[in-house]
Amino acid sequence: MLRKLLTGLVLVSIVAVFFAIPTFAGNLKGTLEINSWWTAGGEAEGLNALFEIYNAKYPDVEVINATVAGGAGAHAKAVFKTRMLGGDPPDTFQVHAGHELIDTWVVPGYMQPLTDIYKSEGWTETMPSGVLDIVSYKGDYWSVPVNIHRSNVLWFNKSIFSKYKITPPRTFSQFFDVCDELKAKGVVPFVMGTKDGWEAGHVFESVLLGKLGTNDYNGLWTGEVKWSDARVTDALETFAKMGTYLNTDHSALTWDEAGQYLLKEKGAMMIMGDWTNGWFMSVGFEDYGWAPPPDNEGIFLALSDSFALPKGCKNQENVIAWLKVLGSKEGQYSFNKAKGSIPARTDIDISDYNDYLKSAARDWQKDAISPSVMHGAAASEGWTTEFKDITSLFVSKPDVSYAQKALITAAEEYLKK
Amino acid sequence: MKISVTRLLIYIMLAIFTIFYIIPMYIMVVTGMKSFAEVSLDTMWNLPFSLNFNSFNLAWLGSTKGGFRGLSGSFLNSVFLVIPATVISALLGSLNGYVLTKWRFYGSDLIFTMILFGMFIPYQSIIIPLVLTLQKLHVYGTIPGLILVHVIYGLPISTLIFRNYYITVPTEMVEASKIDGANFLGIYRWVIFPLSTPGFAVAMIWQFTSIWNDFLFGLIVTPNPASQPITVALNNLAGSYFVQWNVQIAGALLTVLPPILVYIFLGRFFLKGLLQGSLKG
Amino acid sequence: MQIKGDKWTPILFITPSIVAVGIFIYGFIGWTGFISFTKWNDVIPDYTRVGFENYRKLFANMRFQIDLHNTLVFTVIFVTSCLLIGLLLAILIDQRIKGEGIFRNLFLLPMAFSFVVSGVIWHWLFNPGSIQLGNIGVNQLFEKVGLNFLICGWYTDPNIGIKAVAIAAIWQFSGYTMALYLAGLRGIPLELREAASIDGADQFQIFYYILLPFLRPITFGAIIILGHISLKIFDLVMAMTGSGPAFSCDVPALFMYDTTFRGNNFARGASIAIILLLLVSLLIIPYLITTFRKEA
Repeated sequence: MLRKLLTGLVLVSIVAVFFAIPTFAGNLKGTLEINSWWTAGGEAEGLNALFEIYNAKYPDVEVINATVAGGAGAHAKAVFKTRMLGGDPPDTFQVHAGHELIDTWVVPGYMQPLTDIYKSEGWTETMPSGVLDIVSYKGDYWSVPVNIHRSNVLWFNKSIFSKYKITPPRTFSQFFDVCDELKAKGVVPFVMGTKDGWEAGHVFESVLLGKLGTNDYNGLWTGEVKWSDARVTDALETFAKMGTYLNTDHSALTWDEAGQYLLKEKGAMMIMGDWTNGWFMSVGFEDYGWAPPPDNEGIFLALSDSFALPKGCKNQENVIAWLKVLGSKEGQYSFNKAKGSIPARTDIDISDYNDYLKSAARDWQKDAISPSVMHGAAASEGWTTEFKDITSLFVSKPDVSYAQKALITAAEEYLKK
Repeated sequence: MKISVTRLLIYIMLAIFTIFYIIPMYIMVVTGMKSFAEVSLDTMWNLPFSLNFNSFNLAWLGSTKGGFRGLSGSFLNSVFLVIPATVISALLGSLNGYVLTKWRFYGSDLIFTMILFGMFIPYQSIIIPLVLTLQKLHVYGTIPGLILVHVIYGLPISTLIFRNYYITVPTEMVEASKIDGANFLGIYRWVIFPLSTPGFAVAMIWQFTSIWNDFLFGLIVTPNPASQPITVALNNLAGSYFVQWNVQIAGALLTVLPPILVYIFLGRFFLKGLLQGSLKG
Repeated sequence: MQIKGDKWTPILFITPSIVAVGIFIYGFIGWTGFISFTKWNDVIPDYTRVGFENYRKLFANMRFQIDLHNTLVFTVIFVTSCLLIGLLLAILIDQRIKGEGIFRNLFLLPMAFSFVVSGVIWHWLFNPGSIQLGNIGVNQLFEKVGLNFLICGWYTDPNIGIKAVAIAAIWQFSGYTMALYLAGLRGIPLELREAASIDGADQFQIFYYILLPFLRPITFGAIIILGHISLKIFDLVMAMTGSGPAFSCDVPALFMYDTTFRGNNFARGASIAIILLLLVSLLIIPYLITTFRKEA
């Protein structure tokens, strides 16, 4: 009986292996593989909008949407890196504009410059200098930014604020007053979800920005400002104090699960990037207001998703066509409307975007711009990961001197490269 | 009919354990049957309003609006992966076990130790050289490549299972056959293989489950959506910030169905095999 | 008397495995070891030798220290509980109870699940909820049945952390030890037990002096399998808790993945891998000594 079973299985396996082989006979002509971790909600819709535009122009190219979910991009990055190091570069992949792109991929020489495309498409005129700076290195441009996201936004539940007659706090001392008041009323003043590990760093970069202002915050990442600065100590102490007003279950929740506190009117404020706006839209929540975090007024902490052109990718022309779609008016308009971010280009009519996005676009035009660290713009991936670990530990173990020493060490290590 | 106190105690303890074991499965089934609106952390224990198989549909077929591919494509990939890998892995393990126990030669114990030790490496640490090697062999990104990976990394456990089992087979049988003039392959075919059912049961069930449920190798070796196994596709049902939990769990239930069926229907062979010494040590 | 030519056939048949293991396991371990002695911490490989520098820094790293502690705690709890619970269940089932097949299958079933799936479920079950949102998960269940003293923060409490993950892992693998012990118990000749009974031994004595020694080799084997799973644990932690508050759920495998693929610190990742390997070797050595001594 076992023998029959075994023989049967062996036959099936032989058949199966032959079935599997033809699928991979190496047929890569006329395809385009887009790699990202945009797997749901507004992001997927945004991606689909871009695919539609691309397919209309190039109906013979088969677009493969190769997404890898999970780990806030960690799994996707594991795949990209093994492929790049393994000599099988993906056609194109999602990468944060800024140091993540430059230090990880451009400096080691894995990417091709896109300056010619920028010139032929006229992007040097239609994209603001803040963005052009972030994607340039040694005089060339290296990726096409699809969107701009803002990291430093304070979201709050409007009903709670109007119920207790609170206005968005503009300084940290006002912030703590508001927190005390809310705490006394049994509402969680400030919510965070720290399960994915990066959220603490995300909030902390706003605090740093508030204490140091644009220029000196930027200076931290170039070495002009030392991490031993007293304002960094102040930022850590402030962050520690914020921790006393947190929801107790933060380590069990991702940022959007923490956002449920706002949806249920049990929590009042959260500092999170403006993909929160996209999330609110997808769950149909409208009772929210936004403001710059304390001491952050007039500063736009920016990050950007972009796509680049690896050396040795298999479908170079298809990728270049894709990049052009990304940077086109049509592409940027449709993608950002669905995703809930603003276009990188400044010449796009967004009058039918929602209120938050319109106000963000206005801020983008007039505010000072700083690069977000947690999302790949301000520092290399190695440094960002250290920053992430230090701040994540800090939330549960607010040891100011330990954290500051660790930050100083990390800066030393990564600045001397 | 009077039940003694001890027997009552036994049943009570079993009942308590049963509750412990069932709870996670209950949550899975109940969540899979809820609609998206019903799914919420604070109502996780509640039964669904109605028996709703929509989540399963969505998980299987995917949804462009939701932005995820369904599991149906990768289900077949997993099947084409697991069956050959399990069979080949078991056969090789059986041959290895046979060699190491019935044909001992100088150094065979050392070889067994070296093979066994391979079971213990953390796989994350070798994925880069693995990808490079697979590239050189021109099987990177393909299902045959993934089969190769699983067969190789399954060699230690498979060899262990068969070696422990064949040790219980009396050497006299093999010696008698040798005297009768049988050779290596002959003995295997006529003496060892017919006896090997328990070993194959344990090895194949163990390998089936662990290969079907593997995520890391599937992710790294075959990230391409057309060739990825079901565990990788399942992971991609999740959004980067938005998880439709009813769909995710329904997908997980679909993914777990084959191994569960294997354990339900073939579980007793697994036990019988263990009884005969395959994974004891 | 061996047929001529059959000296080499067995060696021929085992050679593919030796070659495969040689390359894919030892070759790669060698590569990893080599990397751990270099300075490669960016996407461009950098093979400058730095001796034991990476190891020195690793042991001074707070996250790694916490990881080692977590691994120790997890391994001890996971392995001991699986053995004890498995043994208990095996004894219970061995008592010729009604519905034995159903219980056996039920306890074995968790092994069919992948860690990724069970991690998500236990993530929900052990989510404690909060004052504002109320109890959820098992806390909610405890509240309903009046077992309030069992309510706690689970993995959100840095003092519990990895122990909550251990419970999830125990759920998954105690069926396996149960199956082993059941097979072991059933393998003990009935005459032995009966003879002891006739000689006047009570149940407990029979168990302690006769059954337990028989089960020792099984226990050894189980410790190896469970121990290596616990030292390498990754999927479960990633899906269930991530690193946890103050890294109370973090484990070396998670640190390795994070630092290699998010932080591009390949050298550090490699050193963590080598440490893990050394830890696992500690497990296997006593096993090998006893096995080979026994069979000699």
